[in-house]
Amino acid sequence: MATANEAKVTTQVYRVYIKATPQAVWDAITKPEWTERYGYGARTEVDLRPGGAFRGLSSAAMRSHGAPEVAVDGQVIEADPPRKLVQTWRMLMDAQMAGEGFTRLTYEIEEGKGGVTKLTVTHELEGAPSLAALVAGKLEPTGAGGGWSWVLSDLKTLLETGARLEG
Amino acid sequence: MVTYYVDVADDDRVFKALADPTRRFLLDRLYARDGRTLTELESELAMTRFGVMKHLRVLEGAGLVVTRRSGREKLHFLNPVPIRVIHDRWIDKYRERRASALAELKNELERQAWQPRTRRK
Repeated sequence: MATANEAKVTTQVYRVYIKATPQAVWDAITKPEWTERYGYGARTEVDLRPGGAFRGLSSAAMRSHGAPEVAVDGQVIEADPPRKLVQTWRMLMDAQMAGEGFTRLTYEIEEGKGGVTKLTVTHELEGAPSLAALVAGKLEPTGAGGGWSWVLSDLKTLLETGARLEG
Repeated sequence: MVTYYVDVADDDRVFKALADPTRRFLLDRLYARDGRTLTELESELAMTRFGVMKHLRVLEGAGLVVTRRSGREKLHFLNPVPIRVIHDRWIDKYRERRASALAELKNELERQAWQPRTRRK
């Protein structure tokens, strides 16, 4: 009965509530001096207009493990600061994932009550099963990091405490 | 401190949501395959549609399930971030100590096992 649906849902949805302003969350996603401070620690370069280029640059630690200079690339589809960013996203650190091509990533930022901001990350991963496993954190035991839930937990800690998670 | 209170309230909702076997079952089903409709989830439980809806609402309130519209359907997605946040803040913190306690227990048990039988009584 559910077979039609079973095949088609390849989207992953992540949500985190952060005690910070929408602007602070936006900056943490789009500014290199912030993006290098949590998660995989890649400095991002993004031209915030439709068609603008997005590049996630490998950190020194990633490069020491043989990562290419540009770890992730893509293109901006929609930028509405500080509310919404839609972009394509392709992982270049692994040949198989690079071969899966561009996926679609949407950040939605909504101001909530009591100075808490809701950040929802929707990653559409059709035709990208290897990348889907990576961003779901399923490759964490191999040292590939904990995917979106790890990145967003780390981002929450950074914005709320000014510090990174330990370890 | 206000920040602390807010965090604790969030964590409380997650722990309460997880403290129920039906809700853990629903999360496991979504972990196995994400983005399901209420009808699909309901078909795996011996429970009324209303009962399943109530459990899903608790999971949503705790942020463990996020719903998305897709055409005429409402799809339920597992959101693992709150569990990750609890893991990172509460469990990771104690892991080293717990691991070393287990290591000590193991050493102690093995040491005892090596004692000659006659002396153990």
